[in-house]
Amino acid sequence: MSAGIDLKGSFIDSLSDLGLPPGAATALWIPLPITLMILSATVGLLVTVWLERKVSAAAQQRIGPEYAGPLGVLQPVADGLKLVFKESITPAKTDPWLFTLGPILVVIPVFLSFLIVPFGQNLAITDLNVGIFLWISLSSIAPIGLLMSGYASNNKYSLLGGLRAAAQSISYEIPLALSVLAVVMMSNSLSTIDIVEQQAGYGILGWNVWRQPVGFIIFWIAALAECERLPFDLPEAEEELVAGYQTEYSGMKFGLFYIGSYVNLVLSALIVAIIYLGGWESPLPVGSLANWLGVSETSSWLQVIAASLGIVMTVLKAYLLVFIAVLLRWTVPRVRIDQLLNLGWKFLLPVSLVNLLLTAALKLAFPFAFGG
Amino acid sequence: MFTLSGYEYFLGFLLLAGAVPLLALTASKLLRSPGGGPERRTTYESGMEPIGGAWIQFNIRYYMFALVFVVFDVETVFLYPWAVAFNQLGLLAFIEALIFIAILTVALVYAWRKGALEWS
Repeated sequence: MSAGIDLKGSFIDSLSDLGLPPGAATALWIPLPITLMILSATVGLLVTVWLERKVSAAAQQRIGPEYAGPLGVLQPVADGLKLVFKESITPAKTDPWLFTLGPILVVIPVFLSFLIVPFGQNLAITDLNVGIFLWISLSSIAPIGLLMSGYASNNKYSLLGGLRAAAQSISYEIPLALSVLAVVMMSNSLSTIDIVEQQAGYGILGWNVWRQPVGFIIFWIAALAECERLPFDLPEAEEELVAGYQTEYSGMKFGLFYIGSYVNLVLSALIVAIIYLGGWESPLPVGSLANWLGVSETSSWLQVIAASLGIVMTVLKAYLLVFIAVLLRWTVPRVRIDQLLNLGWKFLLPVSLVNLLLTAALKLAFPFAFGG
Repeated sequence: MFTLSGYEYFLGFLLLAGAVPLLALTASKLLRSPGGGPERRTTYESGMEPIGGAWIQFNIRYYMFALVFVVFDVETVFLYPWAVAFNQLGLLAFIEALIFIAILTVALVYAWRKGALEWS
């Protein structure tokens, strides 16, 4: 693999030419990719909300949003603006501090997890060597926020919803972490960039989904449960708990929960795309194709095309998964709480342990195919 | 010297991600209507006057799941370094991890038989 384009290096170089010390140039650079990433996460959220409403409508043979903008694409913006203008009620019996802190604590870790999402070999904010482990640890902060808001509401529905949310996410955290572990074992690294690079070279055949089919399914089920998507949306099961931990929330605080859950869905889809579906790799190996056509890998226009293709591929794969998640919502009925916990503890946990050991054994037996 | 290279981005991201909810809440605070009377601030309970509060004792089962979770979460954390360094450790480490997981499987079976994983 070639060194590729280096945006950071050229930015710092051009500022140094203007007479800035390199330290200050780096300090100026740091907020740029982060702001870009937060903005793209927000755009991703709006697209997901629109997609959810349109696909849900299609599944029910309705038209869905159509007046706000062409095909209703501005509907999520209108929804968001409406929430900003809504009155925010804090019930008299709540603990006001925890009541406000809950939604904030749900949103921050979800956005923060975008730190590890790479869109290309050099198109990541930073290549952290703890990578995927950071995501796993950050994703366990959100249940504390849910528990906090459920408890602070001083409402029986909220309390039950918050407790259910916490029980659910801790039950599915372990199968999730164990199936990531099997992938980590194959790539010998926790860095998301290394995980994608280990899948490179053979096009669609090199993706981890072929070597980890069981892990892929476990991860997808557990990710849906962590996002509280149907069939696992028990914490806010409206027939039983009104709206779960969100019952007492209104206005922008409710909006923060909404943002958190949709950004989390996008994030989970991105992570599935990265660790199982080859991240920014195309289904056809572009590098070998370019070699075959006789184009040098280092030519700058090829690098620009490859980088754009990488971004498109990552986003495309992630939105395919979001689409499947939305369809699942209208296909599968909600499970009961005991079924949910049985599935997590008595099925997914043993299966993911066996999957991990099987991966280890296969890696010892066939080191070449399993990233020896 | 031990340096945290790459983590300056983490700090920057933490600050900017923290600004997202703060900006949203502040914007809403400046723009929204002031709100109505004290009746709106009552707790919702399907249109009834709420009977008692919610800060009471609740089901012990949630604690049981949390306890089992701690056991297996710590197990997973112990397995992470093993998985990352697996290609250098080889067969002996595999057998050791097998024993480690076997012991914890006994714990899972015990919790299962004792009914810690039952809801009803």
